[in-house]
Amino acid sequence: MIEIRNIEKQFEGKTILSNINATFANGMTNLIIGQSGSGKTVLMKCIVGLLVPDHGEILYDGRNFVHMGKKEKKQIQKEVGMIFQSAALFDSMSVLENVMFPLDMFSNDTQHKRIDRAMFCLDRVNLKGAENKFPGEISGGMQKRVAIARAIALNPRYLFCDEPNSGLDPKTSLVIDNLIHGITKEYSMTTIINTHDMNSVMGIGEKVIFIQEGKKEWEGTKDCIFTSQNKKLSDFIFASDLLQKVKKMEINNMKD
Amino acid sequence: MLMGKTFTIPERMRMFFKQYLKEMEQLGVNSIGIVLLISFFIGAVITIQIKTNIESAWMPRWTVGYVTREIMLLEFSSSIMCLILAGKVGSNIASELGTMRVTQQIDALEIMGVNSANYLILPKIMAMLTMIPILVIFSIFSGIIGAFCTCWFGGILNAVDLEYGIQYEFKEWFVWSGIIKSFFFAFIISSVSSFFGYTVEGGSIEVGKASTDAVVCCSVLILFSDLILSKILA
Repeated sequence: MIEIRNIEKQFEGKTILSNINATFANGMTNLIIGQSGSGKTVLMKCIVGLLVPDHGEILYDGRNFVHMGKKEKKQIQKEVGMIFQSAALFDSMSVLENVMFPLDMFSNDTQHKRIDRAMFCLDRVNLKGAENKFPGEISGGMQKRVAIARAIALNPRYLFCDEPNSGLDPKTSLVIDNLIHGITKEYSMTTIINTHDMNSVMGIGEKVIFIQEGKKEWEGTKDCIFTSQNKKLSDFIFASDLLQKVKKMEINNMKD
Repeated sequence: MLMGKTFTIPERMRMFFKQYLKEMEQLGVNSIGIVLLISFFIGAVITIQIKTNIESAWMPRWTVGYVTREIMLLEFSSSIMCLILAGKVGSNIASELGTMRVTQQIDALEIMGVNSANYLILPKIMAMLTMIPILVIFSIFSGIIGAFCTCWFGGILNAVDLEYGIQYEFKEWFVWSGIIKSFFFAFIISSVSSFFGYTVEGGSIEVGKASTDAVVCCSVLILFSDLILSKILA
């Protein structure tokens, strides 16, 4: 479980995050949604330690990440897997080498065992046969799957995904969503996903936090979104005519 | 601060040596061709220029070989060759690290708990410190072969006179002086370029700018330190 308390962050006097509190439970896909520039990525960067919040606490299963020493932080970072918006695969390494990298760096297993583990992870994301290809030779969807395989190589307790569906077609997005959801359940990880993909919200949003202008506006499940009276949330989620119609249909279904 | 992060004991020696060998190949071995080519032609051109411009009845015939050797040993093979390598290797390092920064590959390393500066920069510095002195020696030999080729194939002067001049009052210290200078230049090229690449913020335009800035800064620092080192090592 990850708990964030009173997180605040400013850049050059401008408040980006203001007094954010949230709890992200184990074995659940926790989604942070909000418009571009709302502060989602900054919040995630604060949680994973790429940025230091100006104020507040981040608790990884009760361990306060903000006030930790370097050694303890490193220990937690080894329990973290992250999937970036751009996949962030190492260009100079093959797919297999990318997945093996965290194992090579932190595992004391033999080379044979490390290869087996990497192949297992690639198999888990349905990428067996692509191990000798380089990131530049595979599609965006495959790159995201390699990033997932790399993120789970060390059996992390916490998984962070920064807009994992960005730049992907709806079908591939669904594959990625289902994969992240499945892995979260399988390994009982605490998964936090930054997204503004409404298909993801409706598909795997077991817990959804809506952020606007650096403030938490709403918190609930995907089912509560339809009945929520929060205008800002409705304006954001049901921005298109199509989604307005879906909302009306869903509410009618609920009444029936 | 970046150097403090860089000069720490690698977390995994196996990974460090893997990177070190890779960088030696990428930054050093892949530069051998251009070093040999440029040095060969410069050695040949120096010989021709000296022969045609300072030829005099009062001048001994071995002067051409002597001057060619001194220029190659004291300045060209160490300083000028490192200036050329600052362009090739420096821009390579800065753009590679800059691209890794803007595509979040460095962030990915940091989140995994890897000291990215140590993992990425230290092998580059060590590889450059290993390979540049070797390239300097290659450059000296290639330049002298270029000089001999002007005798053998161009008939510019007698090869025996050139050989005598090259051996005349040879001071071994000059070779060491070039090698010592090259260590400093190797450190400047690798560390300054790494700094510019590693600290990039933005996108492809900033990466290009960092690459250019790295080459300019390396060149100025090489020239400035050459001035000081030449005085100290003279």
